[in-house]
Amino acid sequence: MKIAVCVKQVPDSWAEKKMVNGVLDRENVDAVLNDLDEYAVEEALRIAEAHGGNEEGGSNTVTVISMGPERATEAVRKALSMGANDAILVTDAKLAGADALATSAVLAAVIAAGSYDLIICGTESTDARMSVVPAMLAERLNAAQLTFASKVTVDPAASKVSITRVTEAGVDEMHGQFPAVISVVEKINEPRYPSFKGIMAAKKKIIESKDLASVGATVDGAWSLVADATPRPPRAAGIKVTDEGTGGTQLVSFLAEKKLI
Amino acid sequence: MSNVLILADFVGGKASKTNAELATAGARIGEVTAVVLAPVGQGATYASSLNRGPISKIVVVESESFATHGVAAAADVLAQIIGTQSPAAVLIASHAFGKEVAARTAVKANSGIITDAVDVAADGTATQLVFGGSTTVHSKVSHGTPIITVRPNSIDANVADSAPAIETLSLQVADASKKATVTSSQPPVQGGRPELTEANIVVSGGRGTNGDFAAVEGFADSLGAAVGASRAATDAGWYPHSYQVGQTGKTVSPQLYVACGISGAIQHRAGMQTSKSIVVVNKDPEAPLFEIADFGVIGDLFAVLPQATEGVKAHKS
Repeated sequence: MKIAVCVKQVPDSWAEKKMVNGVLDRENVDAVLNDLDEYAVEEALRIAEAHGGNEEGGSNTVTVISMGPERATEAVRKALSMGANDAILVTDAKLAGADALATSAVLAAVIAAGSYDLIICGTESTDARMSVVPAMLAERLNAAQLTFASKVTVDPAASKVSITRVTEAGVDEMHGQFPAVISVVEKINEPRYPSFKGIMAAKKKIIESKDLASVGATVDGAWSLVADATPRPPRAAGIKVTDEGTGGTQLVSFLAEKKLI
Repeated sequence: MSNVLILADFVGGKASKTNAELATAGARIGEVTAVVLAPVGQGATYASSLNRGPISKIVVVESESFATHGVAAAADVLAQIIGTQSPAAVLIASHAFGKEVAARTAVKANSGIITDAVDVAADGTATQLVFGGSTTVHSKVSHGTPIITVRPNSIDANVADSAPAIETLSLQVADASKKATVTSSQPPVQGGRPELTEANIVVSGGRGTNGDFAAVEGFADSLGAAVGASRAATDAGWYPHSYQVGQTGKTVSPQLYVACGISGAIQHRAGMQTSKSIVVVNKDPEAPLFEIADFGVIGDLFAVLPQATEGVKAHKS
């Protein structure tokens, strides 16, 4: 199987994020591999390992695909150190401030050129938190959309994938044929830590750099524009009491006074 | 007057309260037409439960594909309706299903998309709270038909009764939208509690519960609240992952959020700090969450919550 994993480099969750000219300031914050993409990388490796491996001579390959500035190689390298075979990174000045539609168009062009059987993503990035790119990819690639998976079972001989989809609407059992776009929820697995050997090996793995022209995608800016972004005033602390036997009652009085009960 | 589409939201065949919120926002822009996607033979029943909020008209499409092909089938039909009606905007509930339908519809309709709006103005400007609620952003779709998903519980809904005209459309779901097949569906197990993101009150437990959620659940039930959990609690296996509130879990914005035994890491705050009122119960007086609490009790949740539960029951009786 040819498996693609889409990853994104995002500002560290702990970093303070700011908007500059209507887009997220990505330059002045620590950047990491999106937390939720680690589950996607892990799931791709597990699927490959369960069906003949992705080592040299194995029957599968796992390719990391990302779009971002040059420094996104750090996040891509982390995915490679976990055990992915190779990577493609699309970098282009025209993609600064790209929205989800542009991102999905670029990723879809790369994926279509590589004829992957499975395309695996995290459910969202921790910066934009839209959760829309996997569905957009399925639409653009005319692929089966198997998203929010808490369990993935692949039958390579039948080119079939089955998943358990978990959302606030409940639990669905779903399946589809290759090619399929899968997004995996947190806790589907426990992502491995890159081993020392994995980190060393990743340094030699190939990260193919592409720009918009070589991908063959056209992007005409973002289709939603930010008019203004204002930091919200921090919440002020209110009343604080120490429980000396009536803490629960005081809490209820507060709720009643505020007409919350 | 221009026309605005809302994708009607159903839970177990019944219209959810989010519809009145979508209609209220939509009515600021134009006349609201609600799109009802129903199983064959159920269109009239589905449409009749859609009886609140400023909805001028309902269009019903019946197909078995909505159950078996999920997001792709819904987006297929919604895009067809956008094609014929050319609405000024399309509003959809901002949950996993709604955002994915919006995503595919935006691609099909060559249109910009905004997700997780907490407000929508008459000119289509959407308000979003980003970076864990620390920044307010106003943005506008600049290309095609604005596709906007609206976070449940964010808009003060006009819930006046309505009796819109109902029209049935005969539309087909294309084979290209049938690539993924749903073979079985289980509704979420909620134990009679409201859905986390739609609840007016959320009571959450964290590390301080030590795995015992009985006091948290008891207090939640006295308030008619949903139960949430911090990542520490779900990671420890004390509460199902689907109840996690925080950056990698659900974002909630209820009238009242009660955090019990949760210290308040930035990831947790990101999922709850836009709540209207915040109450914190924690043994540790240094817990960072006290900094944003409207009311804080320094104390043992196993003493404070049972007393508060009795207090609420007494207040209500």
